[in-house]
Amino acid sequence: MEFYRAHVLVCRGTGCTASGSEPVMEAFEKEIEKRGLSKEVKVLLTGCLGLCELGPNIIIYPEGTYYCKVKVEDVPEIVEEHLVKGRIVERLLYKERTAEERMRALTDINFYKRQKRIALRNCGLINPEVIEEYIANDGYRALAKVLTEMTPQQVIDEVTKSGLRGRGGGGFPTGKKWQFAKDAPGDVKYVVCNGDEGDPGAFMDRSILEGDPHTVLEAMAIAGYAIGAKEGYIYVRAEYPLAVKRLEIAIEQARERGLLGKNILGTGFDFDIFLRLGSGAFVCGEETALLASIEGRRGEPRPRPPFPAVEGLWGKPTLINNVETFANIPPIILNGAEWFASIGTERSKGTKVFAIGGKINNTGLVEIPMGTTLREVIYDIGGGIPNGKKFKAVQTGGPSGGCIPAELLDMPIEYDTLTQAGSMMGSGGMIVMDEDTCMVDIAKFFLTFTQDESCGKCPPCRIGTKRMLEILERITNGEGREGDIELLETLARNIKASALCGLGQTAPNPVLSTLRYFRHEYEAHIKEKKCPAGACRALISYEIIAEKCKGCGLCAKVCPVGAISGERRQPHVIDKEKCIKCNSCIERCPFGAIVKK
Amino acid sequence: MGVIKSIEELEKIRDQARELINLRKDNENKTRIVVGMGTCGISAGAREVLMAILDEIKKRNLTDVVVTETGCIGMCRFEPLVDVIKPNQPKVTYVNVNPEKARQIVARHVVNNQVIDEWVIPNI
Repeated sequence: MEFYRAHVLVCRGTGCTASGSEPVMEAFEKEIEKRGLSKEVKVLLTGCLGLCELGPNIIIYPEGTYYCKVKVEDVPEIVEEHLVKGRIVERLLYKERTAEERMRALTDINFYKRQKRIALRNCGLINPEVIEEYIANDGYRALAKVLTEMTPQQVIDEVTKSGLRGRGGGGFPTGKKWQFAKDAPGDVKYVVCNGDEGDPGAFMDRSILEGDPHTVLEAMAIAGYAIGAKEGYIYVRAEYPLAVKRLEIAIEQARERGLLGKNILGTGFDFDIFLRLGSGAFVCGEETALLASIEGRRGEPRPRPPFPAVEGLWGKPTLINNVETFANIPPIILNGAEWFASIGTERSKGTKVFAIGGKINNTGLVEIPMGTTLREVIYDIGGGIPNGKKFKAVQTGGPSGGCIPAELLDMPIEYDTLTQAGSMMGSGGMIVMDEDTCMVDIAKFFLTFTQDESCGKCPPCRIGTKRMLEILERITNGEGREGDIELLETLARNIKASALCGLGQTAPNPVLSTLRYFRHEYEAHIKEKKCPAGACRALISYEIIAEKCKGCGLCAKVCPVGAISGERRQPHVIDKEKCIKCNSCIERCPFGAIVKK
Repeated sequence: MGVIKSIEELEKIRDQARELINLRKDNENKTRIVVGMGTCGISAGAREVLMAILDEIKKRNLTDVVVTETGCIGMCRFEPLVDVIKPNQPKVTYVNVNPEKARQIVARHVVNNQVIDEWVIPNI
């Protein structure tokens, strides 16, 4: 085998590919060829590193140097300086917001230092399109271990003891789910991987499928052995083309190597995996709707029981786990349940991957031990709120979750603490909001999403969420009435109690949690017809403070509707009838003389 | 690429494949060989020295070694310079290295742990 003195890893997750990592990778290959370094330096693609905001991301080993926002034009310089002369290209290094100097290695920066990567252990480290790289990092050893050293019951006991809970939303104990599926009578059983990631802003499942597809295949085979299934299905969104491609490559390679198919590793165990593409309906993340979709029927949920563990795919006992849950299985088998259970807290074991977005500096993907506080995630890892704004709330759990206010920032992240706070773990979306965000508007945003995605099968969800949305629209338009808050609460309670599936049962959560912590904002909208955050257009007006105005006329020039008038060097005024509240004048005024009220 | 028929075969493939990703893991516990590749180093023949080191490592199938370059450190008349840094040991700097010396440094110092005193930087 060739000895390469350096590896250039180019992130080819969706984020970095979108910001142009493909031409950057080609430029590296060309430049290295041109300089005659092809036998010493290897260029390869890898999965998501997490700091998608700063893509295209490049890591060069053995130093582990992390370069961000690399453009094609930068490539000759990196090759000349770093790969030929051994001098780090300082200007492309990551710069910590709080420190002066630039950070050389990925492992030195705060964003990574505080993470513990189990589910994402191979993302950004291996080439996901080469099965040998996965095998090199202990891949398929867990499968080998269960097939030769463990009985199916021992496998399930190990998963149960680890304390692993479902990472897709509900947080149901994984071992228990496996036990139900094993105990269900029947010769034919199925393992299904739920890759229908639907929460706006959440992309951990996609990143795992793109960056480490084999871990999901291996875990599904282990689950198949444990419950007595011979076939598995991965349900993944068609709008994740890269994940689909990498999965196809991975399945193909695993079959060629005999790690899927008949008589795996000579043990007599048969297991194969097939892909099914979803068309992006949010409701298909619900397990019974997902199963219906795999079967070729309309993606609609059905009442449970019977649970899929008893009556699932084509009426057979079926185990359904989410992508991230599966990604934790091989390390648990290899390192033992005690190891996994030692990470995290009493009731929430292990780690959780979060997709941080919204008003935060380091948007991206992070994996942290359970019990880490929201403050650590938002300020230490996420780098805080941009433009010196104040933190207002963080939304967890996507459209099914809720908003957590600043008072609870020191709360440790666990399944139960989040639920008690009126939110939920969900799949791990985390949207940060600053002082300019209106909480009524946010509740409206999420309800618009769930209303849009409601499959329409049950009336509480179909009609109830529509009525709630109408009330929220009324409130944000300045037409809120006395009693609207109480009506929202009644509707929310009834929908939660009577909707058929998780989508409807959790749809009112964003409204309930914002009512719980930001009720005064609702009241201000309804009673005073004011939006405290200045976000709801119908409730704000623009005014010029005469004392501050120098009469420079810039605002009048920029106003698209000619609503501002005044003499030169004299205070100007805004005609509120004409004003369309486009905010252009505020942005233009050099003296801060214009205010929203 | 063939079918992996047994656990033993899987282990064998893993051991071989480790070289693929070895460079990206546990680098703090490996021996580092640093070649001076400033303009002075390159014109004195550092490139050939580097190639000889890489070739020797490949021939000997060494996995616990990383090779990096560095810029000019100011002692241009001694170039090509090669540092060998073993974990938990002080840095040893060799001067006026040529490809033949480089191969011996890998064989004697890196592999057999014997510093070649006569090529080490003189006390000036």
